[in-house]
Amino acid sequence: MPNAAPIDLLSAWAVRSVPTDAARWFQQQVTILRSTASEKDLYLALGYAIRRLGKADLGLASEDLLAARAARPGWNPSDWSIDQAARLAFILATDNGDAAKFKVRLEQLFRTADVGELITFYRGLPLYPYAELHVARAREGTRSAMQPIFEAVAHRNPYPLEQFDENAWNHMVLKALFVGSKLDPIQGLDRRANPGLMRMLCDYAHERWAASRPVSPELWRCVGPHADMRALDDLAHVLSAGSLIERQAAALALSASPSPAARELLARVPEVAGAAAAGCPGWAAIAAS
Amino acid sequence: MFVDSHTHMISRTTDDYERMAAAGVVACIEPAFWLGQPRTHVGSYIDYLSMICGFERFRAGQFGLRHYCTVGLNPKEANNEELAEAVMEILPRYALKEGVVAIGELGYDEQSALEDKYYRLQLELAKELSLPVMVHTPHRDKRQGTLRSMAVALEHKLDPTYVVIDHNNEETVRDVLDRGFWAAFSIYPFTKMGNERMVEIVRTYGAERIFCDSACDWGVSDPLAVPKTAELMRRAQISEEHIRKVTYENPLAAYGKSGQINEQDWLNPPAIDQRTLYMGNSVLRGGQAPRIDDRKPGIDDNLKIA
Repeated sequence: MPNAAPIDLLSAWAVRSVPTDAARWFQQQVTILRSTASEKDLYLALGYAIRRLGKADLGLASEDLLAARAARPGWNPSDWSIDQAARLAFILATDNGDAAKFKVRLEQLFRTADVGELITFYRGLPLYPYAELHVARAREGTRSAMQPIFEAVAHRNPYPLEQFDENAWNHMVLKALFVGSKLDPIQGLDRRANPGLMRMLCDYAHERWAASRPVSPELWRCVGPHADMRALDDLAHVLSAGSLIERQAAALALSASPSPAARELLARVPEVAGAAAAGCPGWAAIAAS
Repeated sequence: MFVDSHTHMISRTTDDYERMAAAGVVACIEPAFWLGQPRTHVGSYIDYLSMICGFERFRAGQFGLRHYCTVGLNPKEANNEELAEAVMEILPRYALKEGVVAIGELGYDEQSALEDKYYRLQLELAKELSLPVMVHTPHRDKRQGTLRSMAVALEHKLDPTYVVIDHNNEETVRDVLDRGFWAAFSIYPFTKMGNERMVEIVRTYGAERIFCDSACDWGVSDPLAVPKTAELMRRAQISEEHIRKVTYENPLAAYGKSGQINEQDWLNPPAIDQRTLYMGNSVLRGGQAPRIDDRKPGIDDNLKIA
């Protein structure tokens, strides 16, 4: 299905993952919701989704993920489940071109959602029409004390990259480190690096050092490109005192800095500098370590 | 393994979750109830219900317990008619949420006309959605209130095997069992039922349709009441089969009629739950025998003052 609409892909994945009668129920709901559905029809469809369809993983193949990216750049449903696909298809089916109505409906759903629905609805952010209307809601998700909800917004999701202003972006990245989430699954991490974030992250590293707590090596990824003199001192400290993975991360960060001082620092540690220049290990491998 | 079918976990600390998991409690049910003082707006109800099927479900999962809940308008707050009407309007939106195993706690407090009205309306809702009902029997005029709760449920043609009568004692248990309802017992340290009394109940009545819970909340109560009662029963030579029924199988069978609680939820959870909601139970992971006083060390990353 080249360049299918997201709702068509979601529907096709849900239908092929469940028995025939469940698939028929799903398609009936989509038809009802596309026409003149009441709010109650939507609540019932969402409520019965797990009961009728289950919540096994979709288990998408690489061609499905390609189709997803073609339908919506940045869309990555690689770890979505059947009920998530179905529920988002239901929500998308209710849009009839009335932006204000869609926003109110979505907000109602978020307010009375259970934890599984919250994860689903936040994962759906890149698929909703009127993208710019959902920024406040997306930011609410990044304030959550529930890590999977935070990650539903932050990870494998192009929405923050496209819609968050610098303050929202920087706090999302900082919070990811703060709650122990990985940075690598955040889309646009390198593109949206900025001096303000660099300063916040270095302050955070100092806080952690003061408390004798470890600093994630991923932190330096957003520091390197905009490193000022103080940040270069911090990176020099990691290069001399860090573990192997921390030194590799510091070298990789320094190799993204245009500053001559960064090149001087790298010249002092040829073994990790060479590996960094070759991109080995890269940030994904450092995140996975 | 134990199921504690009546716990107000939003009032409990993480220490309680750790101790429950270490003692072998694998699942807990959080009935919707009042908060020690009355709510004055429906908005408070919306946030409360969202909390018990949202954050609390997540929080329990971090400590290796699966968390379920019931939704309903409790009898005390049924006496605020304006609030009650508004709550009845939003209840259907929550009744089909994942992990909602019953409509409850329902029933009578002072047996007022408004309590009766909303008890009946919610019985009808439960029937329409094929959900079990959790009945809170009153603290005062208990026997009469219990009998009336059951009579009204039968009048509304509810199947008694879908109705749990909770907070029983020696004075009510016979009537409840005779009418075919589930008889649950809340084990409180000083009031209602103590652990020893529970042992005597099982000795007298057996384990058919009987189970116990901790009803732990913001008051003096013991979140380990179910594992401790199991241990007392064991020492009193109650059979392992009966202990298992009273502390695990029966609550699972009663609330399992909702289709929303299943042994597989903790024995073999879906991949999506394992990634997002449920860290697994250390007792199940280690495979060792449950130990009541075992304490898991805290997260080593926490600041400690030693």
